[in-house]
Amino acid sequence: MFSVAAAAVLGTMALVLIRAMLGPTVYDRILAVNMFGTKTVLLIAVLGFLTGRPDFLDLALVYGLINFIGTIAALKFFEYSDLGHAGQDARRGES
Amino acid sequence: MAVAVEVASWVAILAGSFFALTGGVGILRLPDLFTRLHAAGVTDTMGAGLILFGLMLQAGMSLVCIKLILILAFLLLTSPTATHVVAKAALHGELKPLLGNFHSAWKT
Amino acid sequence: MLRAISLGVALYTLWLLLSGHFEPLLLILGVLSCLVVVAVAHRMEVIDHESHPIHITPKLPLYWFWLLRQIVKANLAVTKIILSPRLPISPTVVRVRAGQKSDLAKVIYANSITLTPGTVSINLDDDHIEVHALTNRMAADLQTSEMERRVSRLEKSR
Repeated sequence: MFSVAAAAVLGTMALVLIRAMLGPTVYDRILAVNMFGTKTVLLIAVLGFLTGRPDFLDLALVYGLINFIGTIAALKFFEYSDLGHAGQDARRGES
Repeated sequence: MAVAVEVASWVAILAGSFFALTGGVGILRLPDLFTRLHAAGVTDTMGAGLILFGLMLQAGMSLVCIKLILILAFLLLTSPTATHVVAKAALHGELKPLLGNFHSAWKT
Repeated sequence: MLRAISLGVALYTLWLLLSGHFEPLLLILGVLSCLVVVAVAHRMEVIDHESHPIHITPKLPLYWFWLLRQIVKANLAVTKIILSPRLPISPTVVRVRAGQKSDLAKVIYANSITLTPGTVSINLDDDHIEVHALTNRMAADLQTSEMERRVSRLEKSR
């Protein structure tokens, strides 16, 4: 059963990779990469059960957090070309 | 009882795999970025949720189960935020969503 | 102060659950690191009603349960659309009112919209949210504003 789930997750990752390669815009690619990361979290969790080593779950947890921050950082860099940019909403919040 | 839990976790994991694949198909089939976001939503909520729920049933009451709950909680909190950021950045980058009724347009 | 204590307790619970070791040395190290984190957070003044909303926490489980049912329903609808050969989509952008008073409740509302497949919030200004919906029926469902009422009920105090 775990191998079925692992195969399904791997299949999804393949489909998502095709979208990441096709594009056409950079946002499609980032969306695909973000989804690839979510699938990686699932794959690590399923693999942990498949190999009988549930300590893999810690890796999945950390990977999920890094994936989120990575997506935000990539988008922010693409949008403002500067990771330290305050963004358009920050000024509104100060008033 | 143990058999019932086993069957339930089977069903959850298989259904989760199905929804994950559906999201993958959707991200390839749908025509533009904004509609693809919805396909990403299917994998992030139902796919991940059901697979992790099935694993939780396998783990039983233990620290492993709590870690799975934490992973699910992080995914459910972060995935809408990431989706929203992609959509907002795309709008900011002057990408216009396709609008209109494709169903009728494609039939002609 | 109450928020700082609650943050410390939450952090320490997380430490215990993630480590799974109960030797005295590790327990003490956990207490120390949690105290340092709470102290730093206090100095940075990030412990406020937004980062640590204990005032709505008791009402959240009921809302989550309702949201879960909506997510399952929306998932089935989107799955049907994706897998049907003719792909019957009609993408729509609508503006829905977000009448919540606090920013926190608005963000909860926008995130709930995004979490339900078929609707994605793409822009948020003062009291309206722009929502992209996969079909116009999903947009119409959202405009019945049941979700908005439930989120507003979350922030109503006591």
